[in-house]
Amino acid sequence: MSPLPGILKGLATTARTAMRPTHTAEYPDVAPDLPPRSRGVIALLEENCTSCMLCARECPDWCIYIDSHKETVPATTEGGRDRQRNVLDRFAIDFSLCMYCGICIEVCPFDALFWSPQFEYSEVDIRDLIHEKDRIGQWIATVPPPPALDERAAEPGEIAAATKPARGAGLVGGAGAAAEAGAAGPGARMPRTVRPRPAGTGTRPPTPREPLPGTPESVPDDPPPAAGPPADGETR
Amino acid sequence: MSLLEVAVRSASVLAAFLVLPLLVGQTEHKVMAHMQGRLGPMYAGGFHGWAQLVADGVKFVQKEDITPRAADRWVFRLAPAVALIPYLVALATIPLHPGVAAIDVPGSLVLALAATSVGALGTLMAGWASANKYALLGGLRAAAQLVSYELPIVLAAASIALAGGSLSVATLTDRWSPWWMVWQLPGAIVFIVAACAELQRPPFDMPVADAELVMGAWTEYTGLRFAFFLLAEYAGIVVMSLLVAVLWLGGWHGPFEDTLGWLWTLLKGFAVAVVIIWVRVAWPRLREDQLQRLAWVWLVPLALGQLLLTGAGVVMGW
Repeated sequence: MSPLPGILKGLATTARTAMRPTHTAEYPDVAPDLPPRSRGVIALLEENCTSCMLCARECPDWCIYIDSHKETVPATTEGGRDRQRNVLDRFAIDFSLCMYCGICIEVCPFDALFWSPQFEYSEVDIRDLIHEKDRIGQWIATVPPPPALDERAAEPGEIAAATKPARGAGLVGGAGAAAEAGAAGPGARMPRTVRPRPAGTGTRPPTPREPLPGTPESVPDDPPPAAGPPADGETR
Repeated sequence: MSLLEVAVRSASVLAAFLVLPLLVGQTEHKVMAHMQGRLGPMYAGGFHGWAQLVADGVKFVQKEDITPRAADRWVFRLAPAVALIPYLVALATIPLHPGVAAIDVPGSLVLALAATSVGALGTLMAGWASANKYALLGGLRAAAQLVSYELPIVLAAASIALAGGSLSVATLTDRWSPWWMVWQLPGAIVFIVAACAELQRPPFDMPVADAELVMGAWTEYTGLRFAFFLLAEYAGIVVMSLLVAVLWLGGWHGPFEDTLGWLWTLLKGFAVAVVIIWVRVAWPRLREDQLQRLAWVWLVPLALGQLLLTGAGVVMGW
């Protein structure tokens, strides 16, 4: 009777499961154990918002509504200039449209939007799912601190930016930058974006023993005195 | 027997008939849930959902009672009663305690088995009268199943009757000895398996296979009439479990049987009911041909062999 072992195995499996604790999450009575970075609702830190509209423009389904006006801030110093700043009148997210992609949070350059794990804001009327800025602002209290990074994860962008060498290092100098290297002194490293250009740039400064290209026998034994360090030239 | 005694006996059987199936049903809810890693009902009544089936009953009462236009009205409406009441009769024949049975007749074993067979007729009536192809198919499958499994049940019970030399359940339980649990074991297994099939419980629920027949013969039923079919199923579990308890497991035999005999009977019956629930959870549904094959190739020969063994034992005077 070949099915007999399988039949007994079925009985044993169900009996063993009955003896173990159940997996049921008794949700309304017991709060669920949400994973880190859960996307429940979008919270607004109003102080950081500049009404730049980036979030509203990047939102794939256009569910963010922003109204603002400009106010003039009088100059604080004598003879100074009056400043203008944006004042947020309305910031609303229609959560009946929101698809929880998080692009608004990613795109916000001023860290005004955050994910909160709160998810219990269902409504009977769909129109009540449009959260105005006071309601979105309340969620900010529920935003958790960012979870610790995983083991061997890439380091956070801010730390990476602060510790890595300045961009353009090693590109300074060489034959093309001989003049500026001469101006800043040998070995000076500065970002390419703030490279000072002395007058007469655009053409290479004339050197007395400038060889003609294509004549290897006329290569000088020693480089021009104003040239950068040889190491910089090698990394080109 | 005075009229008052008749009334008291009837009322107590009715009370048992209304309470015990609910107890088994609630046990099924909870045991099945835990066997599947769930909790089962937790809210109705407050403590672990004890009142879930009461709440279900209230829900069924509130539903509309629909009779399809094409249905055979009287048969359709009568079918739940035909399915339910025979189990009430069968329950009345089962002795709980020495000398305590609602109906104590000399042939109570025959009466109980005959009554449970009639109960299955209700499914057939429902299937025929519903004017629904799924119901008809379910009813025909039920009929085929009953024809096959009635035989092993009767043969297994006959073996016990032969061993005890009586057709009265009370007398059989009185003459029971622990030795019966060994040499009547094949008969007990045959009876439990065939009882599951008779009740159309998983893994023998081909007549109500919901994936292919919606709900079999019960497809067109709603409300209280549907609830009666469900109640009949659980009353059937109670009757069959108690029959196994009194015939094969010795009923009231146990410590302090003069005072606690009824408790032993109920506990043994409950244990058998849990096994029937367990089987339901653990095993998948049998295909129609496998179902017939199990009855005719395994259960009938096994029951006949048991009958032969019992007959030999009785003649040899074991």
